[in-house]
Amino acid sequence: MDFFESVQTAWQMITRNKLRSLLTMLGIIIGVTAVMIVLSVGESVQALILNEIKAVGTNLIVVLPGYAEENGPPASAMGIVVTSLKYEDGEAILNSNNPHIEAVSMYVKGSDVITIADKNISASFYGTTASYIDVENCEVEKGRFFTKDEELGNARVVVLGGKIAEEMFPDQDPLGNKIKIKKTNFTVIGVLKKKGGGLIQSQDNDLYVPIKTAQNVLLGINHLSFLRVKVDAIENIDSTMEDIKLILRDRHNIQSANEDDFNVRSTKQAITSISAITDALRFFLAAIAAISLIVGGFGIMNIMLATVQERTKEIGLRKAIGAKNRNIVFQFLIEAMTITFISGIIGIVVGSLLLFLIAQIVIAYGLSWTYIVSPFSIMLGCLVSIGIGLIFGIAPARKASLLNPIEALRYE
Amino acid sequence: MLISVKNLKKDFINEDVVTPVLKGVTFDINKGDFVSIMGPSGSGKSTLMHILSFLDKPTGGIYEFEGRDVSKLDDDDLAEMRSKKVGFIFQSFNLLNRSTVLENVMLPLSYTNVSAEERIEKAKKLLDQVGLSHRLNYSPNKLSGGEKQRVAIARALVNDPEVIFADEPTGNLDSKSGAQVMKILQTLNGNGHTIILVTHEKNTAEHAQRMIRIRDGLIIEDSIVSCRQRAEEDLVK
Repeated sequence: MDFFESVQTAWQMITRNKLRSLLTMLGIIIGVTAVMIVLSVGESVQALILNEIKAVGTNLIVVLPGYAEENGPPASAMGIVVTSLKYEDGEAILNSNNPHIEAVSMYVKGSDVITIADKNISASFYGTTASYIDVENCEVEKGRFFTKDEELGNARVVVLGGKIAEEMFPDQDPLGNKIKIKKTNFTVIGVLKKKGGGLIQSQDNDLYVPIKTAQNVLLGINHLSFLRVKVDAIENIDSTMEDIKLILRDRHNIQSANEDDFNVRSTKQAITSISAITDALRFFLAAIAAISLIVGGFGIMNIMLATVQERTKEIGLRKAIGAKNRNIVFQFLIEAMTITFISGIIGIVVGSLLLFLIAQIVIAYGLSWTYIVSPFSIMLGCLVSIGIGLIFGIAPARKASLLNPIEALRYE
Repeated sequence: MLISVKNLKKDFINEDVVTPVLKGVTFDINKGDFVSIMGPSGSGKSTLMHILSFLDKPTGGIYEFEGRDVSKLDDDDLAEMRSKKVGFIFQSFNLLNRSTVLENVMLPLSYTNVSAEERIEKAKKLLDQVGLSHRLNYSPNKLSGGEKQRVAIARALVNDPEVIFADEPTGNLDSKSGAQVMKILQTLNGNGHTIILVTHEKNTAEHAQRMIRIRDGLIIEDSIVSCRQRAEEDLVK
């Protein structure tokens, strides 16, 4: 029995009754589309997260005020203001004898309506340290970042995020201009280079002032929102986290871990918690894929049984002219697998188009997204669809092969 | 001796009811013979043909083909025998309408090791012999009944069979097309092909050299046809 003849017959079957074929193939198409999306979106999301992490830095440790379970939400996420973390804590971490600590940056956050000349824009501002530029791994596009002296000396200077600078000063150089935050005049001394991203945090839309200025002049507080520690290499993160905990417990007179009034996290943990969410999503899609593939498989089985019935006489003829049972099995299996393979190809095309659409939508929301159609997902789509044809085609093919040729030839 | 049948029996068993269809038939057929098996419907002639053509197995007696005991063969061996030793011509043609005439003729060779080039060459040659070389790429449902049966004859010959079984080959044809088909069969026999013709029509049966008449599962006559019909003469009329 010719392989190509079986493929050709299957193709004729599909094209002869297009609507019936489409309905038959729908389950497999949906299933393979889901497989494509599961695998490719997974890769895109991972790429997105990796981009975000890279934007923030993979070798960072965050210290937040207040106690929190490991991987649980920090106290500040529930709107509780904890004042236990101070500027001096950051200094102590930086000056400890841990050689892996390269820099420490500290933050207080506020928001206000910013006034530029007579225009008002609402924005968030951060009070931060001069080490920000090093820790956050960002570059200054114009002007300069503020210095350690300005940080300590309540200087009224501000550095703008790349995007908000364009919004505030669309037609002029922002450097040297005065803007008003909480009725205090600040001089623009620098603009940061745009970084993109922004799922976790986007610095392109924020303003940066020296931390002491923010604490003393703008907010009237003396605690920190959080601080970040830059470590020389990823493999030293865990040991450094332990060191930081010891330093802070010592400074805050804490005896045991469950009395902590702070919590220490690494960006690695952030990746884990985001991965958990995307994994759940992928599992859900994978379940949809599995169910529609099984349902699709029964559809194929149904159509193949109908075909065997329709072509009883042909089967009788083929047996009369010398086809062995296995020739008949082979023929109908090839036909079933051709149908499911074509469905799989359609699924791959539909999946790729959907992925393209998803990419366009995500990009339209301003996030960076790579349009990935993974070669693995294409291969898996092909294999799965052929496999479904094999599994669900075997029963109809066997039924065909076991027909009695004499009765089959008489069948009308 | 090509075919040797001794006391061949076939019972059909349906639940507990045993219906004897062949009650013991004995005859020999030599290479190059043109034998017709004639009888009314229900006489057992079709069952006999099915057994002789390896589509069915007897329930008793001996069937030897080229000296081989057929009852010892399994399903695959029987398929192999059908593939190599016999060609079929059916009353209802049994052509595949979605394939071309040429593909229909080549079909039996798809169960052999014959190369693709040789398949095409052979099928073309045979279609030329039955006068249909201008219809190679037609679908069979565009052909007349007589043309269809000629395609079927070409298909029956494509594997160089030892025996051609023709089961009521003129049953669905008008008399002129029927005569054409019988003429081809007689020509083939003249070229040395062994032909076994199954029919219920005496006139058709008389185109053979020898006639075996069957009734109720038994041979009632086995004789040389005295005044043999010449299909060529029918065509002139």
